[in-house]
Amino acid sequence: MDTMERMALWFELHSLQERYVSVLDNDRLEEWPALFTEDCEYGIIPKENADMGLPVGIMWCNNQRMLRDRVVSLRNANIFEAHTYRHMTSGLDITPVDADTVEMKANYVVVQTRANGESQVYQAGRYEDRVVRTAEGWRYQKKRVIYDTSRVQTLLATPV
Amino acid sequence: MNAPLSAADAAPSEEKLVFFPRADGSRVPYAVFSSQEIYELEQERIYRGPTWNFLGLECEIPKQGDYKSTFVGDTPVVVTRTDDGELACWVNRCSHRGAMVCRNARGNASSHACVYHQWSFDQRGNLLGVPFRRGQKHMSGMPKDFDPKCHSLRQLKVESYRGLIFATFSDDAPMLPDYLGAEMRPWIDRIFHKPIEFLGCTRQYSQSNWKLYFENVKDPYHASMLHLFHTTFNIFRVGMAARSIPDARHGLHSIITVTKNEEDTADAYKQQGIRSMDDGFQLEDDSVLGHVKEYDELTTNHIQPIFPQLVIQQIHNTLVARQLLPKGPDNFELIFHFFGYTDDTPALRELRLKQANLVGPAGYISMEDTEATELVQKGTRRDPAACSVIEMARDNPEQQDTVITESLIRRFWAGYQKLMGL
Repeated sequence: MDTMERMALWFELHSLQERYVSVLDNDRLEEWPALFTEDCEYGIIPKENADMGLPVGIMWCNNQRMLRDRVVSLRNANIFEAHTYRHMTSGLDITPVDADTVEMKANYVVVQTRANGESQVYQAGRYEDRVVRTAEGWRYQKKRVIYDTSRVQTLLATPV
Repeated sequence: MNAPLSAADAAPSEEKLVFFPRADGSRVPYAVFSSQEIYELEQERIYRGPTWNFLGLECEIPKQGDYKSTFVGDTPVVVTRTDDGELACWVNRCSHRGAMVCRNARGNASSHACVYHQWSFDQRGNLLGVPFRRGQKHMSGMPKDFDPKCHSLRQLKVESYRGLIFATFSDDAPMLPDYLGAEMRPWIDRIFHKPIEFLGCTRQYSQSNWKLYFENVKDPYHASMLHLFHTTFNIFRVGMAARSIPDARHGLHSIITVTKNEEDTADAYKQQGIRSMDDGFQLEDDSVLGHVKEYDELTTNHIQPIFPQLVIQQIHNTLVARQLLPKGPDNFELIFHFFGYTDDTPALRELRLKQANLVGPAGYISMEDTEATELVQKGTRRDPAACSVIEMARDNPEQQDTVITESLIRRFWAGYQKLMGL
């Protein structure tokens, strides 16, 4: 892969990440599952467990249907205070595995604003992703959200 | 000592910090949720009183030298596995100048040294060495009457029951099995009947008083009202076979179980017009609600608070020891210790991990709890003398086969008043 191809690939994957962040930050949760493959794996796990090789996290889905279920439950069943997220990402690092598969890593910070108008750093962490090229474009086959901020303030409703 | 838990040293003439208008726990003054003075008294009479405080699971520190930092109330402590395989626990504060000795959440060490002046302690907290104790050249060291044996870290009594580790500051605490009591032990035995494996922790921080969480886990009434996920998917409905059992001596511990039956009680909700989800709603992947029968009855929920800082939980096949830690009057931390059994099949282990989606900070059927306790904290702060009204099933205090009851909460407050001398 030459430099231009690599830059183009980085740009495409950065755009995927921007789209991912945009659906979460702008209350378009129904579009979130479609950014994953049908057989995807999505998990949010505290860094302390990841570092010790322990499996438990706060959310774990091993197919796209579970992602849609999470959205439907958030919209219809779960009760939580209205809030918004703003994701800041940095350090996107890509490692092509083959022509249609790339592993990527990035850092994120989520600033949460709750109903009283206060904004605070809700979570800092990193993404460890595996993306694949599909007919619809690049999609997440695996997304592992590893958070440093080990105490979750109040609750976590909206995915990160 | 098998006496009911009570404040031994409450001076009769002492003016009470707060007034409970009724002795049966049915009126609770809001001051108990926000008063700093009450919080300080709780640290003394509860956490340093005759209670056993949950620290963690033995399988978190299986090897010699393993240790874990945690808290008894808001006192930082370290629990260790000594080289002879026993458990020890000490206050994490150097006997020299008061610095925290252990700075890691977990680890393995043959001894522990304070970074400030490198005083070192063994795994039991006994003072091993003081640098320059005998001075050097013309510089004198510690005085001749300095006796290292008198300067160990403060040590707590530690016992474990079926792999659950507890510690106490008090010499007046009963033996641990007696403390757990005859009503609670069979239910602990039920969950911890074979070796377990630690699967990790998740932590949740709530801007509300720790006792609001204790009320919550003694409150089967809210479960089908607040947690709509429960109701909708038939995990917990009022028509299910239920138990609500307090510790008979003081009511501070309790157990709620809900067991599935075939009868569909959705109609009861419709008739009463209670808010619940549309009947048309279905999960696309309902494996999260799978249930492999592991015990003698198909209990969907087992919620068992062991006062003051443990809640044992089994919901379907997810198993958790929740540690509840007070962080000042206005905050608490909840640490979910997930576990499975060492003989889990890969399929059962995967089911447990999938059902971790049900509980914890993002849990389908638990995320609302901290939301509710924070609403109470916000709502009550201004009016410390006003009271909660806790009346459900008050006319039928002995009934245990029900989830429409607040009897466990009343028993809790009656026990709390006695222990606190309030």
